[in-house]
Amino acid sequence: MALDSMVEIIDRAEQEGLAFWQVVQAVDVEERQVTAEASMEKMRATWRAMLESDATYRGDRRTPSGLVGGDGKRMRLYTAENHTLSGGYMSEVITTALCMGESNACMRKIVAAPTAGACGVLPAVLIPLSWQDDLKEDDIARALYVAAGIGAVIGFRACISGASGGCQAEIGTASAMAAGALVHLRGGSCRQVGHAVAMALKNLMGLVCDPVAGLVEVPCVKRNVIGAVNAVSCADMALAGIESRVPVDQVIDAMGSVGQHMPVEFRETALGGLAATPFGQEVKERLQNCRASKM
Amino acid sequence: MLDIFDILGPVMVGPSSSHTAGAVRIGSMARTLLGQTPKKARISLHGSFAETGLGHGTDRALIAGLLGMRPDDLRIPRSFTIAREEGLEFEFQEVQLKEAHPNTAVLELESADGGRLKLQASSVGGGRIHADSLDDIAVDFTGAFNTLIIHSLDISGELAEVTRTLSGGGVNIANMSLCRSRRGGQVLMVIETDEKVPLLLREQLRRIPHVETLSYYEKEDAYGA
Repeated sequence: MALDSMVEIIDRAEQEGLAFWQVVQAVDVEERQVTAEASMEKMRATWRAMLESDATYRGDRRTPSGLVGGDGKRMRLYTAENHTLSGGYMSEVITTALCMGESNACMRKIVAAPTAGACGVLPAVLIPLSWQDDLKEDDIARALYVAAGIGAVIGFRACISGASGGCQAEIGTASAMAAGALVHLRGGSCRQVGHAVAMALKNLMGLVCDPVAGLVEVPCVKRNVIGAVNAVSCADMALAGIESRVPVDQVIDAMGSVGQHMPVEFRETALGGLAATPFGQEVKERLQNCRASKM
Repeated sequence: MLDIFDILGPVMVGPSSSHTAGAVRIGSMARTLLGQTPKKARISLHGSFAETGLGHGTDRALIAGLLGMRPDDLRIPRSFTIAREEGLEFEFQEVQLKEAHPNTAVLELESADGGRLKLQASSVGGGRIHADSLDDIAVDFTGAFNTLIIHSLDISGELAEVTRTLSGGGVNIANMSLCRSRRGGQVLMVIETDEKVPLLLREQLRRIPHVETLSYYEKEDAYGA
């Protein structure tokens, strides 16, 4: 089978008495002609790479544009004071998303999930949960299969890059992947994974990709936060038994269709939205002058 | 279908899978096709690569690839310095190409022993790349497979000999294309294979009469391996 429909994965899992992650792993084993253990080990390595990016974050790094850096540290210090509105786990989620997004912008090593620009969402929800629930490496690796399977379906039916479908396709997809992973980790059913994915995508549908000066900096770093926070709320809703009225595959198709109809100005071209603001134009000009002096 | 490790991956140095990881892969592909680290590189950036390449480290990523680095190498931001230490001279320019993908680079390389190569390649999303032309002949391959590039003379039966040798070595062909400049002239074969092509088999291919040059690009382990 191919990973081209959420319903097909869910049906197969239910018919064969498998977990969602097992269906995804079986496809990987078949597709790449590897053993289940080799596939699992690669997934564990992916998780270790996420942990390494988080552990090597530094609050004193800045991007060449000067637009990004230090916010993860600010959020971490604020969280440590225990006055946050969002509370323990959610504050850690926000902090981790910022740290990852900044590390990416500062040319540190990250795991694209599904893209580099959205690399913060999945680790932001998983790393704090692994501490809180004392999760083992293999628990997380299984959740990553769930996330990867969701991403593969969205990539097949719709799109996963800002250039093709706007930010909804990047952060939206990352958020759906993270929501599904969380539902799995908290013991939800395959159907609940589907509902969490549908809700996460619906909540971010239409979000445009409008990076200032075309850089993966503003608003990308903070969009990782909304992707992560949205994933947590959708996972909680799904676990509470709340269902998406629109079936999940139809939501994915709708996201793809919105992406196709999105004007080119809002698909990573830095011609619309925040990129087109006076501030955005000013940054662009400053960087162009810098480029002219270097070439 | 998408490989799940293309969705959850690659493990890479930021900030952009297309403008950074893809650029490293383009550099690395050009280096492999040249057969060694070049001495001189002239790189032309088109479209978004020219527009936002500086902020994304596209220039440093391309040079990193030419030096043999992988997309997850933390030395990528320092590649210019390393290139100077290793004696790689390079220059960048902006170019406007016709009908090219927005993220396209043209790399003109020269090796210490006088070898030359011109590769036009584009970064098509998520770190995946596409080779558009090689020495001004249009090509169509991605580096997602193990890839053999063979220059030979346009002689009847040449391709059959190559494919026979490959199947004899237990290597299955996934995709293949054949281009020639003119009848009886030079032929460029691009053969993508499922299995790795071992050195012994590559030497056997190289010894087929009228095969002039053979280069081999082995897909990255982190790239849908």
